Amino acid sequence: MTQTFAFSSLVPALPELFLTVAALALLMLGVFRKEDGCRQSTLLAIIAMAIALVLTSQLGGSVSYAFGGGEAGLFVMDGFGAFTKAMVLLGSAFTLGMSGTFLEREKIGRFEYPVLVLFATVGMMIMISANDFMSLYLGLELQSLSLYVLAAYHRDNLKATEAGVKYFVLGALASGMLLYGASLLYGFVGTTSFDGLAKVFGAEHAVRPSLGVIIGMVFVLAGLAFKISAVPFHMWAPDVYEGAPTPVTAFFAVAPKIAALALFTRVITGPFGDLAGEWRQVVIFLALASMFLGAFAAIGQTNIKRLMAYSSIGHVGFALVGIAANSVLGIQGLLIYLAIYLFMNTGVFAIILSMRQKGRLVEGIDDLAGLGKTHPAMAFVMMVLMFSMAGIPPLAGFWGKLYVFLAAVESGLMALAILGVLSSVVSAYYYLRIIKVMYFDEALEPFDRQTDRPMRLVMGLSALVVLVFTFIPGPLLVGAKAAAAVLFPAAAG
Amino acid sequence: MTDWPLLTITTFLPLVGALFILTIRHDKAEVVARNARNVALLTSLATFVVSLAVYGAFDPKIADFQLKETVAWFPGTTIAYTMGVDGISVWFVLLSTFLTPICILSSVGAVESRVKEYMVAFLVLETMMVGMFAALDLVLFYVFFEGVLIPMFIIIGVWGGQRRVYAAFKLFLYTLAGSVLMLVAMLAMYIEAHTTDIPTLMGHSFPQAMQVWLWLAFFASFAVKVPMWPVHTWLPDAHVEAPTAGSVILAGVLLKMGAYGFIRFSIPMFPEASVTFTPLIYTLSIVAVVYTSLVALVQEDMKKLIAYSSIAHMGFVTIGIFSMTTQGVEGALFQMLSHGVVSGALFLCVGVVYDRMHTREITRYGGLVERMPKYAVVFMLMTMASVGLPGTSGFVGEFLVLLGAFQVNTWVSAFAATGMVLGAAYMLLLYRRVVFGRMVREDLKTIVDMSPRELAVFAPLIVVVIWMGIYPPTFLDPMHASVAKLIDNYGLARAAADALTLAAR
Repeated sequence: MTQTFAFSSLVPALPELFLTVAALALLMLGVFRKEDGCRQSTLLAIIAMAIALVLTSQLGGSVSYAFGGGEAGLFVMDGFGAFTKAMVLLGSAFTLGMSGTFLEREKIGRFEYPVLVLFATVGMMIMISANDFMSLYLGLELQSLSLYVLAAYHRDNLKATEAGVKYFVLGALASGMLLYGASLLYGFVGTTSFDGLAKVFGAEHAVRPSLGVIIGMVFVLAGLAFKISAVPFHMWAPDVYEGAPTPVTAFFAVAPKIAALALFTRVITGPFGDLAGEWRQVVIFLALASMFLGAFAAIGQTNIKRLMAYSSIGHVGFALVGIAANSVLGIQGLLIYLAIYLFMNTGVFAIILSMRQKGRLVEGIDDLAGLGKTHPAMAFVMMVLMFSMAGIPPLAGFWGKLYVFLAAVESGLMALAILGVLSSVVSAYYYLRIIKVMYFDEALEPFDRQTDRPMRLVMGLSALVVLVFTFIPGPLLVGAKAAAAVLFPAAAG
Repeated sequence: MTDWPLLTITTFLPLVGALFILTIRHDKAEVVARNARNVALLTSLATFVVSLAVYGAFDPKIADFQLKETVAWFPGTTIAYTMGVDGISVWFVLLSTFLTPICILSSVGAVESRVKEYMVAFLVLETMMVGMFAALDLVLFYVFFEGVLIPMFIIIGVWGGQRRVYAAFKLFLYTLAGSVLMLVAMLAMYIEAHTTDIPTLMGHSFPQAMQVWLWLAFFASFAVKVPMWPVHTWLPDAHVEAPTAGSVILAGVLLKMGAYGFIRFSIPMFPEASVTFTPLIYTLSIVAVVYTSLVALVQEDMKKLIAYSSIAHMGFVTIGIFSMTTQGVEGALFQMLSHGVVSGALFLCVGVVYDRMHTREITRYGGLVERMPKYAVVFMLMTMASVGLPGTSGFVGEFLVLLGAFQVNTWVSAFAATGMVLGAAYMLLLYRRVVFGRMVREDLKTIVDMSPRELAVFAPLIVVVIWMGIYPPTFLDPMHASVAKLIDNYGLARAAADALTLAAR
């Protein structure tokens, strides 16, 4: 039995393959060059991501599989994958673009940084396209291992190394849980393929799935919940966010989160699509706990990076509301939420990266005092982003929330919607506090002028997106809807 | 002329002005401030002129929404950019555009720091207010309704008094907590009726059990905004700490948003639930009228006193609306307009002396009539209008409300009438303590009377107050058709519901 290998069967994975080759080439380039070319490698890495973005956008038209026979293939590429991969690539490219100057100033600018980011990005893209627990694990670990190293990238810094170790230990534990869950599923069902699992559960629709399956599924969900830092698996996030170098934190907060949520969605709607009755309560709990803990725990924070950690926990809670709805509208809401979150978060981190007094880095919320007077433009951007994160119309953040809650109401999850919006009131408090510090308090020492062009570009772009989205919502909505519909072939047909 | 999207122009012209102000740059702060002020004043005056054109194009004989504009907005949903006015909302559009230039003019001298940002905030606020009253789409309404909070938070927080941070947070969080519940209700309505178009929703009959919940959710939002007792506590704080112009807009327009919401949403969309909850509204309103009037009697801070009087006056408005008689509803609308002008003017009166003495404590004043005769006249006129003296705007509104309420429930109107008596007591007491008596304070002896600019600020307000008092038909006639339709539909819905319950038996 001979199977001819056709290169054309690899086409669905072309962006990933290209990025892998690019990362390896950059690695070689870095090793063989004498001086540390962080800036050059960064630029090349961004160009590589841009090319991958173009490739990705060409592939989302239809569903195609790679690495294996037909629908049982390890790798799937579809509209949903294209949409989320585009967000991941944008997030990675933005945060990479913001880090160059920072790393050089902190004297940790080495060529490994962009290479690690590239590998992490490849991992995320594989996660998004996983169609089997094997490829899921492969992507997840490629991403996680790169992230562990990135967290401890500032290796002479005690906090950064602590963050790296903490992240590694807890991350390994989560991976273990995930693997254990996957192995249970394999044991009870006999396949690790998403497609196979979906067929089995679909056939079992009328009867209740066996206990082993449920336990396996819960383990898988717990492992994934760790990756998206949903409560109660969030403990690592604040410490890692605070300890890691700021550009790394910015990276953590955006791309891996989007990728993990996309993976979460794929697992839940794919193999477990017919087990909604079983997983829905888990997701609702995760969503509620994340929203409320994110809102209440952020109130007492004084370090802005820690605050952003809790804020992102809260945002994951809102995103999970969309997943809990388990409908096209819900996933559309999730994707809109994530796309807006991407711009809001990169913008905020661009500002955090600009918080320098006389060349020294500051991270306290109080250090923002009087920013409205000393740096009006920067304060304005921050204000817009904060109101948007709080979900106040007419800013973009509101529409993300509107869509996920609309989906929740549509699916009859009234209590979840009501509690969710109430938690958003609590979270508004700490976003407002930042605005208060910037505008109502007297100025302390002003920050150094931000002269880095990419940073200012990101700030301007994020504020623009957040402000203008209300007027031109069409493209994102249509794209998100098409991407979401892919996951629910039954609803579309 | 009528082909022009007049409502869109009225709504977004201030925003254009705000963007223009943002581009003003100069080395000297005074130049920037002067230019920003002039641009803001011109923009808001132009907006007022455009809104007059809206009124001109408006046909008072038609009860339906007019000057409608629709643009598709969110693909895949029914959420659209729909604007339009009827005989009710057109007045509030005018009220907003009328008060904004006055506020901007009044802030000369009162606001000297960050003038550019102040003007931007006010113009953005105007866009939000006008848009809110003209919106004919549920989600669009919500966007404007809540968007108002952003500029208001900034105005109180940056240019406010001592406890401005506390007041700004309280305003924001109170209102937001109420509004988000309304948002969930709106989403539920969309899922149920498959539309966000307000005129269509008015014709949709929601299941009775659902109506109760929807009504309560809307109530949570509007009761905070009105504000009704016991969720009124944000208002005195916000008023006391806000800069004068901020108080004027807060009392003049923002408080009307809640009552407008009752008329636009609660009553036409959930008529059966409105019947169920009318006693609740009456009770809360009477408590508000009597209790806050008593509280106002003992206030030592001028702004706080007027703030409490606002709550009492808004109590009249809610009674009038839920009486669901022609007189009651028209009286409530009239009272809202009158209160918008009168309470705005009263806050401006406080602002005049505050700018000179930098205190709002009543005991720090006395005998102002000796040095400030013009001020005494203006203040007296506004006091009388607030008390409800015949010949001023306040009388017409309160009288109609009492008339309307009397037809439905004599007790309610009797209690409300005591509020009028108490209102006379605290307002006259305030006036006596500030303006009459002997001038004993040394620092008051050099106080100067109102400048021509300040008189220019008050002149339009005085004209409107007297006009409304002497010839109310100008304002009432255009309302008739829309109010009649509101009441007819309400009656029909009730009859239909009664028929259903009968049939069920």
